[in-house]
Amino acid sequence: MGNNTTEARRPLSPHFQIYRPMLTMMMSIAHRISGASLAIGFVLLAWWLIAVSSGPDAFTTVNSFFASIIGRLVLFLFSWALIHHMLGGIRHLIWDTGHGLDKTSIEIFAWGTIIGSTALTLLAWVTGYWLRSAA
Amino acid sequence: MATPLAKVRGLGAAHRGTETFWRQRMTAVANIPLVIFLILSIVTHIGADYEPVRAYLARPLVALAMLALVISASIHMRIGLKEIIEDYVHGQGAKVAALLLVSFFAIGVGLACTLALVKISLGS
Repeated sequence: MGNNTTEARRPLSPHFQIYRPMLTMMMSIAHRISGASLAIGFVLLAWWLIAVSSGPDAFTTVNSFFASIIGRLVLFLFSWALIHHMLGGIRHLIWDTGHGLDKTSIEIFAWGTIIGSTALTLLAWVTGYWLRSAA
Repeated sequence: MATPLAKVRGLGAAHRGTETFWRQRMTAVANIPLVIFLILSIVTHIGADYEPVRAYLARPLVALAMLALVISASIHMRIGLKEIIEDYVHGQGAKVAALLLVSFFAIGVGLACTLALVKISLGS
């Protein structure tokens, strides 16, 4: 390559630690974190489906974990991450159309994702428990 | 912002490049109803006995939706995880290794779920 030093001198954009933390930036990071953590959720789904396909004994083991306090907490966080990532994704789909990119809209989207994901997760669990107690 | 169509038509030297973007959006749209279905399936079956859960997953429409979710989500997950690695892992060797690992993981989990669903549906 010879004595080409252009690459080394090329200016770098500042890393995100430089910036004052902003809500929209945190939501962007949260979208990545929720997405990556859903990989763990996918393993849990596989574990559950394999257990059901393997028969009653395997199912009992997995089911006792998911029915425990820790298991329920993990599932609650999983469903929250799913809904959070889903709302964040819908926000991205809207942006793909070229709409909602102004400062006011992105703030509304950020708060909408936080409040919406929490509310919808709670609603899903309350509905689930209500349906099960009614059945 | 807007790219002139004439430039896009050629798609540059590689003559391709938007498939991943489009696939991620397509699976994202598909995942919306499927994820709602998954969450409702979870919250209505926590702590339920074996037979009701097996019978539920063996119902054709439930199995179909679950299979669609597994396929769509594993494609979406593979693209997403690859993107994270491409952004943060810079060493050439480590990057290639991580990309392979992530692809094998996504395909493996997707296949495992598919096999389980097929087994449940066929009742074996």
